[in-house]
Amino acid sequence: MRNFISTHATESSLLAVMIVICAFLSFATDNFFSLGNTFDLLNTSAVNIIFAVGLLVVLIAGGIDISFAVGASVVQYVTAIALGWIGGGSWLSGILIAGSIGILLGAINAFLIHRFRIISIVATISTFNIYFGLLMFFTKGVSIYDLPDWLTDKVVLFEHEMPDGTWIEITLPVLVMVICVVATWILITRTTIGRQLYAFGDNPEGARRFGINIGAMQFIAFGWLGLMAGIGGLVQAHYAQEVVPNAFYGRELDVLAAVVLGGARLGGGKGSVLGCVLGVLLISITQNGLNLMGVSPFAFKMIIGAIILVAITLSNTRIDKLVPVLRGEGQTR
Amino acid sequence: MTVLVESFQKRFGPEMAGPFFAFIAVMIFFGVASPQFLSQATFGSVAFQLPELGLLTLAMLLPILTGGLNLAITFTANIAGLTVAWVLQANGGVDAGPLAFALGCVLALAAGAASGVVMGFVIAYTRAHPILVSLSMMIFLRGLGEFLTRGGDVSGFPDFLRPLGHGSLLGIPVPLIIFIVCVLVWHLLLTRMKLGFNTYMIGSNIEAARYSGVNTRKVVVLVYTLSGAMCAVAGIIMLARFNSVRVGHGESYLLITVLACFLGGVNPFGGFGRVIPVFVALVVLQLLSSGLNLMGANQHLATAVWGLLLVGVMFLRWVASHYKFLNNRKG
Repeated sequence: MRNFISTHATESSLLAVMIVICAFLSFATDNFFSLGNTFDLLNTSAVNIIFAVGLLVVLIAGGIDISFAVGASVVQYVTAIALGWIGGGSWLSGILIAGSIGILLGAINAFLIHRFRIISIVATISTFNIYFGLLMFFTKGVSIYDLPDWLTDKVVLFEHEMPDGTWIEITLPVLVMVICVVATWILITRTTIGRQLYAFGDNPEGARRFGINIGAMQFIAFGWLGLMAGIGGLVQAHYAQEVVPNAFYGRELDVLAAVVLGGARLGGGKGSVLGCVLGVLLISITQNGLNLMGVSPFAFKMIIGAIILVAITLSNTRIDKLVPVLRGEGQTR
Repeated sequence: MTVLVESFQKRFGPEMAGPFFAFIAVMIFFGVASPQFLSQATFGSVAFQLPELGLLTLAMLLPILTGGLNLAITFTANIAGLTVAWVLQANGGVDAGPLAFALGCVLALAAGAASGVVMGFVIAYTRAHPILVSLSMMIFLRGLGEFLTRGGDVSGFPDFLRPLGHGSLLGIPVPLIIFIVCVLVWHLLLTRMKLGFNTYMIGSNIEAARYSGVNTRKVVVLVYTLSGAMCAVAGIIMLARFNSVRVGHGESYLLITVLACFLGGVNPFGGFGRVIPVFVALVVLQLLSSGLNLMGANQHLATAVWGLLLVGVMFLRWVASHYKFLNNRKG
């Protein structure tokens, strides 16, 4: 346990903050501490977590991506049209189409960054504008509501009737989220590619001299984010039962804030799947709790922004300086 | 040809080449493609649209020069605009006097500077990444604005504000005059003042700057404060242009301002970049937008073309460096 705290400082402090907030909300509101609310939370944050683990891989590899959320909108739209052409399709074809378009969009970013040595933030701001501009130009901002039935039908994986007669349920987005989280965890902690991504993010030149194929690293990182963005886009279309061209506009910065709150470093080489998921959940829980406490929805963003600002300020003042006991543990290890 | 390029670079600096050639290319392309392009109407509309984006770009420029970023610019501008709006409303709304407006402007500048001061302090003292700090400030300010306005817009301003957004002085639009004054202030700040010199030093190498006796924390705080104050100027101009304030006005400008800075040859890691090339890059972006508009395309296509233009300039820069690299090896 102490070992975990000293090696996972950000994750454990996030966890501690979350426990405090959850304990407070359980007493302050009637229905926060209920299975139904927990499942609601999972269902609503599924898409953000899928995006977040994708973005995490890019951050670990030392890049940054602004274009993924708009890319997900492009994927949604193109997939909806492609499914119309092939006359319906199924989950398999949907995921194949969405995933491959997502990977393609990610590969475009990786190509610009690697081949022409464009800094990733410059490249992805350009592609952000290109994707969004073209999407709005060709769709004229029109949404698609006419989606195949298999995509819009709610898939309930687990349901249970509570004593008071309400139904609680876990739906498909949660399963997809779990698969994406586990897959990303395996990729970055249990494979050689994962170690190489960390090494590359930490020190690109050192990684290159060590014989790591840096081009492949860029394509894997951005391709993975593209894949996650594609899947996330499809899941969002399933969840919202519609495709709106500017639905994700602005989401990239919210996800970025959550991921970095979870301990990933802009600059690469650091970050974990656990921290990333905790970062997204902390923001969702806060929002959910404020909602249950009857705070005006207009104030949510303000409070969340303030929390992130304070968290960043505190987390950069090293935690072991604040808690001397942990410093001793860290040194003897 | 090489002599020409060299003398050009000597006179205008290496950053000028990209925006300058893009400017010529845009003028030639649209001049040939659309007969109405080279007319007073086009340049008039560019002159009126330029300041909104331009002032925000100036606010973005200073933090980028220190190797940071200020993602809170648009919402700082909104909050500053709201401050002016409230002062005007508290003093009679449509009947408010110039004195109330002056007071509003001072308070707006203070509000903008305050958001900059907070960001500057957090960045300077905790060494947190500027993208994160300004990102959370952006989320906070957007929330604050939405909370205070309930997501609606505030309008009903006195008539004497109209010239500020739509009037002309000696044939030059008033917003453009304000913008050009701000460009000159920024130019003088960066080329003639100690603060400007220190900004470049911090952007190139913050440790070296600190060892050579620069109070880096003070400079960083000042840079973000000035950036916040410039946002406030943009907010006041936007208020006069739209005759209303709404949280979210100009939100789409956020990433365009970064694009304009990079197009103007500013180094993404900081330390290099000048105001005048950024100004030319802004003119190019607006001319592109107006030209496409004349040819019947909408603003969204212009956004896409802006992105393509940035990729194109970065590609050409890569080709140029590659070419130079080969030359050096041969020689």
